[in-house]
Amino acid sequence: MDLFEYQAKDLFGAHGVPVLPGRVATTAAEAEAAATELDGTVVVKAQVKTGGRGKAGGVKLAATPAAAAEKAGAILGMDIKGHTVHRVLVTPASEIAEEYYFSFLLDRTNRTFLAMASVEGGMDIEEVAATKPEALARVPIDPLDGVDAAKAREIVTAARFPAEVTDAATDAVVALWDAFVGEDATLVEVNPLVRDGAGAIVALDGKMTLDANAAFRHPGHAELADVQAQDPLEVRAAERDLNYVKLDGQVGIIGNGAGLVMSTLDVVAYAGQRHGGVTPANFLDIGGGANAQVMADGLDIILGDPDVRSVFVNVFGGITACDQVATGIVQALEILGDAASKPLVVRLDGNNVAEGRAILAQAAHPLVTMADTMDGGADTAAELAAQGV
Amino acid sequence: MAIFLDRNSAVVVQGMTGSEGRRHTQRMLDAGTRIVGGVNPAKAGQSVDFTGESVPVFGSVADAMAATGADVTVVFVPPKAAKPAVIEAIDAGIGLAVVITEGIPVHDTAAFWAHAVATGTARNPAGTRIVGPNCPGVISPGQSNAGITPADITGPGRIGLVSKSGTLTYQMMHELRDLGFSTCVGIGGDPIVGTTHVDALAAFEADPDTAAIVMIGEIGGDAEERAADYITAHITKPVVGYVAGFTAPEGKTMGHAGAIISGSAGTAAAKKSALEAAGVQVGKTPSETAELMRKIVTSLD
Repeated sequence: MDLFEYQAKDLFGAHGVPVLPGRVATTAAEAEAAATELDGTVVVKAQVKTGGRGKAGGVKLAATPAAAAEKAGAILGMDIKGHTVHRVLVTPASEIAEEYYFSFLLDRTNRTFLAMASVEGGMDIEEVAATKPEALARVPIDPLDGVDAAKAREIVTAARFPAEVTDAATDAVVALWDAFVGEDATLVEVNPLVRDGAGAIVALDGKMTLDANAAFRHPGHAELADVQAQDPLEVRAAERDLNYVKLDGQVGIIGNGAGLVMSTLDVVAYAGQRHGGVTPANFLDIGGGANAQVMADGLDIILGDPDVRSVFVNVFGGITACDQVATGIVQALEILGDAASKPLVVRLDGNNVAEGRAILAQAAHPLVTMADTMDGGADTAAELAAQGV
Repeated sequence: MAIFLDRNSAVVVQGMTGSEGRRHTQRMLDAGTRIVGGVNPAKAGQSVDFTGESVPVFGSVADAMAATGADVTVVFVPPKAAKPAVIEAIDAGIGLAVVITEGIPVHDTAAFWAHAVATGTARNPAGTRIVGPNCPGVISPGQSNAGITPADITGPGRIGLVSKSGTLTYQMMHELRDLGFSTCVGIGGDPIVGTTHVDALAAFEADPDTAAIVMIGEIGGDAEERAADYITAHITKPVVGYVAGFTAPEGKTMGHAGAIISGSAGTAAAKKSALEAAGVQVGKTPSETAELMRKIVTSLD
């Protein structure tokens, strides 16, 4: 889960990373009140989970509360790379002497963690990496040793931070590591990390990605989810513990196992090229224990998508028995009754496939078509979706 | 022969006394796996009755190894217990730890992986091979099954398979069931996994009973690109590939924790072109991939 800047900085602050005070505002009036409270010149910053806010006009200085209200009014509702601005962060303007870059991230390739630091802060770090690779220090971090003051100093020195900020930057890096580990993050990024006019080190921006698998030890993380920005169907699916991603096509997809479902989306998209250009409407992995209720929940979500014109159920029974899946489909259609109105193509293979196909054949539901193969089922589902235009 | 696991492998199960562990231990026994013990400190000295035999429970992996000569552990413990369980197995010096558990925090996996890399005991100088986490395990059909792969899909043969995905493994085994497999390795769909495509490719290259290799990848990370480089440099056996996730949107996790395209990195298209540049035939669908492999194996005869 990616966090907003204000959320990341809240967590930074809790782990001792130096950050400025800030107030989140969702209206111009709230921004004005925040500016009044903070006193002095403020920065009004769009809160969106994408880069390039400044260039897009989403970050503005405001010398007075009235100006803060005006800037917030202009920024709220803006579209920045497809992200609508619903909140702004109002925070004191700081005098910036120098801008640095710092991050801790998961290094999948080397199966460890990596620190990246540079004195070329404030700009796109991928560009720095491409054009001035020598300006970006990359220091691997042993997960067992972590980052103590000595390691932090090594990183800061490798990045050639100026001598006068070494101590303060070292403290900030240790605190950022504490946030990275303490919150089970896969990324903490500060760009820019600044030296202000008084010589202090401050995290002026903050980015953080949290590991959903670690949610069990962070009950507070659930509150950080941005439900407002999520697709309503994804929210409903998450409430039922379904692994669902909304896409923009017309063929609803249900399958078991992440790889098989991804593959099903691809095969349906290929079939769609022969049938009016229809594409998959969603990713939905019902996992190993596909009982009737899970199938009913899944079908309910998919049929709640007005764009869906046909549904392809593609199950390879490994642990799951196909007869249970077939029973699930039949019961799901009973539970849904008239709400089930779109044609269903079902491909079952694997464990107890003969029994599963027999159950569907006996039920002879008018909406259900059986397919012998994955490619054949995808073709039929795409054809039915194209006919439903 | 086979890779990583064969009929002589002596397997313990960490988490055997839980419901999932019990269910899958029965299935592994039914597949002919030599299950020599379970591990649960709270139930040491007891035994668990399965159809056909009774399996003793030991207090630690080390105790189980000392009493039975176990050289493989299959880990079924819940996510929050996984890190200590795997570290215990590494410290006991076991040769292979197959971690089935899904949902382990990546900081925990990073820690036990680093521990495995750092540990080379006198008894176990090579360290412990870890397969997974979040994987279906390793099966050498007709010999042994360490994990949850259905053993009745297919039998022994000359094809080696390595895959990030469980159900795509099953699908591929099913498509090529008449030809059979030497070993199928499900390496798992997490951002950090112990055994990689490259590790499995290297083992298959060295295995005289493997004649050709199917490699299944998916979006996220650069494991497939690295495998492509490795194939160019080191693999002489024919390899057929498949990559899932061409239609996956950027920035969304597609079921597996590691299946995410970040910016322009980790796309299926990039993986496919890297594999093709390495001379690997890449199928458009699982069925087409199976057909490519069928042609290769048939031409070997």
